[in-house]
Amino acid sequence: MHAFVTQFWPSTIDGLTIGSIYGLIALGYTLVYGVLRLINFAHSEVFMVGTFASLFTLHGLGITHAETGFALVGVLILMGLAGMAGSGITAVVLERVAYRPLRKRGSSRLAALISAIGASFFLQEVFALRYGRDLLSFPPLMNKTVLFHIGSGQVRADKVLVVVAALVMALALDRFVNGSRLGRGVRATAQDPDTAVLMGVNIDRIVMITFLVGGMMAGVAAMLYGNYFELTQYNVGFLLGIKAFTAAVLGGIGNIRGALLGGLTLGLIENYGGSVFGAQWKDVIAFTVLVLVLMVRPTGLLGEKLTRARA
Amino acid sequence: MIGIVVAVVAVVAASTSCGKSKNSGGGGTPTLAFMGALTGSNAQLGINIYNGAKLAIDQHNAKSGVTKVTLKKYDTQGDATQASSQAKKVVQDKDVAVIGPAFSGESKTADPILNAAKIPFVSASATAVALAQSGWKYFHRVLANDDVQGPGDADFIAKTLGAKSVYVIDDQSEYGLGLADAVRKQLKTDGATVKNGSIDPKGSDYSTTVNAIKAANPDVVFLGGYYDAAARLVKQMRAATVKATFVSGDGSLDQKIADQGGASANGALLSCTCSSAVGSTNPKVQAFEKAYVAKWGSEPATYSAEGYDVGNILLQAIDNGKKSAQDINTYVASIDYQGVSKPIKFNSTGELSQSLLFMSEVVNDKIKFLGPTSTAKPVPAG
Repeated sequence: MHAFVTQFWPSTIDGLTIGSIYGLIALGYTLVYGVLRLINFAHSEVFMVGTFASLFTLHGLGITHAETGFALVGVLILMGLAGMAGSGITAVVLERVAYRPLRKRGSSRLAALISAIGASFFLQEVFALRYGRDLLSFPPLMNKTVLFHIGSGQVRADKVLVVVAALVMALALDRFVNGSRLGRGVRATAQDPDTAVLMGVNIDRIVMITFLVGGMMAGVAAMLYGNYFELTQYNVGFLLGIKAFTAAVLGGIGNIRGALLGGLTLGLIENYGGSVFGAQWKDVIAFTVLVLVLMVRPTGLLGEKLTRARA
Repeated sequence: MIGIVVAVVAVVAASTSCGKSKNSGGGGTPTLAFMGALTGSNAQLGINIYNGAKLAIDQHNAKSGVTKVTLKKYDTQGDATQASSQAKKVVQDKDVAVIGPAFSGESKTADPILNAAKIPFVSASATAVALAQSGWKYFHRVLANDDVQGPGDADFIAKTLGAKSVYVIDDQSEYGLGLADAVRKQLKTDGATVKNGSIDPKGSDYSTTVNAIKAANPDVVFLGGYYDAAARLVKQMRAATVKATFVSGDGSLDQKIADQGGASANGALLSCTCSSAVGSTNPKVQAFEKAYVAKWGSEPATYSAEGYDVGNILLQAIDNGKKSAQDINTYVASIDYQGVSKPIKFNSTGELSQSLLFMSEVVNDKIKFLGPTSTAKPVPAG
């Protein structure tokens, strides 16, 4: 327990940082599940494409050393836009190619699940064959300056960026779903697709927008991940995808606020657990906690809010 | 109708008899098998060995009046499960000898199969100590084991670097844990304070480990593991302003640690029981380096020289009329060969009778060979 106390602040800061990335990716799982009741297992590859898009933006801009001031902000925004475009387009194409044909034929959700796993392997292998199976390094874009200390924890600029950007994006998404006309369509489709159609909602369009928005969130996560870890790889999404999916379930799948809460909780549990039992137990601790939470609250921390009306 | 059936039977019969004559040792071309990772995240090490061995075989086949030899690839992806099924394939294909298996983990599953089938296997890179202790008569390796590397690294850290406190991390793999444990043991004998940690080689977030290192504030961080985990770890360590010298073993010794780790990898010290063929003054080694660059368009890298030596040892056996697996094994066991990597002579367990450890350093984003640990002097950072 000694390590838990001495490393409480560093663990908290790192837990919130990685948790924010989990949360952003989890939003994609949760949105698609909320609307289609489908676990989009290829979402981890949607994220992966985003990291590559961010990396290529840096290569394209010829970044070789850390930028500061307006140049840094400009590059980060471009990188984020590229990530959102890469991931968003991948998600939409995925829906058109891998899910919509199955949905139109009224096939079972199990078939869509297999299709998702297939699409996931397909994307991984395409990137592995095109860009190799090795880690690809991001050029250092941002000076990882220590802004201030909390206890022994270093609050670094790149970590602050991750947490703040994640909160802003999640808030924007929450406003979009709960406040806009399109968002109302998304909620209507999630609650009762048949009635939504009768009310004049274009289901195909809503599903497409759901995938697009979920993909864009993964794209932002990809940009933040690239700036934070400065590495990516064809299978970068695999473990992160599982963690993000766990975060979505932990927070209550189908629930937007739950996804972010689940991500942050998972990140903190992992880091606290790791500091006490050793880093190799991180995953074991995280999944044990998930099982325990689900035993007490089967619908996750916040419950399945987006789809509550549907049994 | 009957005609077609007869034709088919004839074709099948012809092809099977053809297949038989191909493998019957006598007059056909003997096939050597390469076993190691050619794809997967640590494939570069396997590719280095393959390129060395392939060069040896192409040079041999270019000579006139020799038995032509084929080299067949068995890609294990560095995975123990894949390796055991590839070993079964080697046995089915009746290859006369194996170059490999490359890694220690895959050796553990593949070697018993090869040994039971009485096919000699000479590894250019597997360093786990236990491999030589199983009583396998068909096992040899052309580099010293982790019992040499681990204590050698520890002595280098404690004596040459003068470290008082060391954080030793393993990646929980057969190779990484074995090496890290050997380092831990010897460091304690040398009187250094040792703290332990483990990382998940497939994970990407090492923040917990980095925080623990930061709290311990060691002089040196040692990793028993491969270059991709090493690159992730040094990046995150340097971002968190950890100043400790980074030391790792042969699993991390590849140009990729510098490519992936970026500026953070500079100053990393990497040991290996393998030698480097780059920048040697020995004419035989220089000739190998030149031929390697001409064939592959890049400098020989980690284990390339060892792969070349293994290839040449097996070819020498074949040239001396040893065509069956059994004869090749007997020949290899008693060989006294001056390789490009080091002098090669085996003891009864298949280990080298003389063992050496070498050190390299990442300097300005490139691997620089420093020589044997007894004389190696690290280049000061910056």
